Amino acid sequence: MKLRTLTLGLLSASALAFAAHAESITIATVNNGDMVRMQKLTDDFTKANPDIQLNWVTLEENVLRERVTTDIATKGGQYDVMTIGTYEVPIWAKQSWLLPLDKLGDDYDVKDIIPAIAGGLSVDGKLYAAPFYGESSFVMYRKDLMEKAGLKMPDAPTWDFIKQAADKMTDRANGVNGVCLRGKAGWGENMAFLTAMSNSFGARWFDENWKPQFDQPEWKNTLQFYVDLMKADGPEGASSNGFNENLALFQQGKCGMWIDATVAASFVSDPKASQVADKVGYALAPDTGLGKRGNWLWAWSLAVPAGTKKADAAEKFVSWATSKHYAELVASKEGWANVPPGTRTSLYNNPEYQKAAPFAKMTLDSINAADPTHPTVKPVPYVGVQFVAIPEFQGLGTTVGQLFSAALAGQSSVDDALKQAQDAATAAMTEGGYIK
Amino acid sequence: MARAVTTQHKTIATTAAWIVALLIFFPILYTIITSFKSEQEAIQGFALIPSGTTESYAEVQAQSGYFKFFLNSVILSVGSTVLALLIAVPAAWSMAFSPTKRTKDILMWMLSTKMMPAVAVLFPIYLIFRDTGLLDSRIGLTVMLMLINLPIVVWMLYTYFREIPGEILEAARMDGASLWNEIIYVLTPMAVPGIASTMLLNIILAWNEAFWTIRLTTTDAAPLTAFISSFSSPQGLFWAKLSAASTLAIAPILIMGWFSQKQLVRGLTFGAVK
Repeated sequence: MKLRTLTLGLLSASALAFAAHAESITIATVNNGDMVRMQKLTDDFTKANPDIQLNWVTLEENVLRERVTTDIATKGGQYDVMTIGTYEVPIWAKQSWLLPLDKLGDDYDVKDIIPAIAGGLSVDGKLYAAPFYGESSFVMYRKDLMEKAGLKMPDAPTWDFIKQAADKMTDRANGVNGVCLRGKAGWGENMAFLTAMSNSFGARWFDENWKPQFDQPEWKNTLQFYVDLMKADGPEGASSNGFNENLALFQQGKCGMWIDATVAASFVSDPKASQVADKVGYALAPDTGLGKRGNWLWAWSLAVPAGTKKADAAEKFVSWATSKHYAELVASKEGWANVPPGTRTSLYNNPEYQKAAPFAKMTLDSINAADPTHPTVKPVPYVGVQFVAIPEFQGLGTTVGQLFSAALAGQSSVDDALKQAQDAATAAMTEGGYIK
Repeated sequence: MARAVTTQHKTIATTAAWIVALLIFFPILYTIITSFKSEQEAIQGFALIPSGTTESYAEVQAQSGYFKFFLNSVILSVGSTVLALLIAVPAAWSMAFSPTKRTKDILMWMLSTKMMPAVAVLFPIYLIFRDTGLLDSRIGLTVMLMLINLPIVVWMLYTYFREIPGEILEAARMDGASLWNEIIYVLTPMAVPGIASTMLLNIILAWNEAFWTIRLTTTDAAPLTAFISSFSSPQGLFWAKLSAASTLAIAPILIMGWFSQKQLVRGLTFGAVK
């Protein structure tokens, strides 16, 4: 008996000693489907790296952004891996807040990352975050309603075609809105959509000298077109609709078309959640013939903050979560359709993925059609398709978003909204020292 | 006639009270209803009858362990309340029974710290916590929550103590009671309803505190507020899951409030806040 107690004691002591040696890293993330799936699959990582323990912190997107910004700016060292987007990476890398990812491993194959995505996550040729999933935006439409309207959606439609189709598809009596678009105010909500849309109308946030451009005709054309389109063919209360609200409307068959994130394709084509799963077609985001389309580029990415004391373990995890091996792991457990999209070229060359995800080609084409370093028709001094990668943009983008949301709700005119946007942008740029 | 008027008044007052109570409780009720809906149902619009599915609860439980967060909430709220009472009882005693010219000013100054938006001191506090190694620690957060609620605790206790006639304490002193005996054997028993309701209210406030508990924790010390916050999703439907998480988070405090409501009401009507 004594011997057994002693053996048990020794075993527990050695287990404790082992646990004490294990390094634990803290990963901050958001509660999106792909991230939740990753948390379930981490056994694969910890089996291969028994000396690394993983702690997860899942937060609401805006809280996450605020938390990681506070921590990184004060070098608090609370997080070893953080989930951030293409907006933060260039700004934070320039502040030396992120570590360059140069130890991702020999078999990581950095060149396989889709060039448009890699470009958005690199500064001076160095990768500062590894993409976990990437997205652009495109048109999702109801094939049956399009046919009923006697129209055929081209692969690359124009905004005029979208308006024409929306007019014909709108059937208020049956609760069908021709088109559903974002209206909820926020730099990552309606302004992501409207900024990308404005690119296709030839507009830009700032000229080469950082002078705001909301007083130019291109912005007037964009906003007027958007408000008119939504008034005629959009859903009721559109000014409070964001991604999730429009997703629900589309899944319930209440939208003829929805222009939003390519990631939505897997939701609307999922028969378990969507009533229209077998009726959805995809097309590139619209244009006006000026050479730029109204689609954005975003990648939820994993980065290692400069304040971490466990950089090697953190980078090991980043490498695992964004590797080809991880894609295969997801495919083997949950099928190819659930592999995080939009990050690696090899995924789109995989015939099994193409078969499982009918939207694969259109997603890749959309991602490739976005160029964060040259986002607009006229030249601009900034990087970013649906945002301007400067620290002031979060606040300014949301202010302008509120003005445009009010114009959509009919609380102000398009002209008033643009004038106020111009004033707000001029004030913010003057305060930031961009203009005098 | 007089009786008829009283009955009528009573009916009106009761109806009004019910309406007000329902209005106040409705958001919580709707959260509970939503937690028993599917995600599609939850976002479809206003509906009072859920389909009764418990899938959100299963998913919430599978995604993150509730118990760890719950335990932290209990430790933080009870710990900070006990700590606050230890400091506030003597403070309120001295202000109530030996006031000086500046007592009112001190009380007002204490309360004024509650008037500043918390975010204004986020960076200084974060830096202090970082340098003292208190980030994501239960001790640090307990002290923080205690400090936040201390002005309210002192104020409440002060108003209760003021109701107690000073002569009783004087009589105790005449009988030779020491300062501590006076506080522990004379004052405290008389102020029990007040102290109890202060304690309950403070536990509720600390339980619900969401600004600091989310911002100063990551994993080890994260309470139920962080648990709720983790279920909002930028891309994907989440109302039902968020409601399930919220229901789980408020359930313990709701039950505690239910059982202690008599004490709570008695305490709240005992002091000057009648």
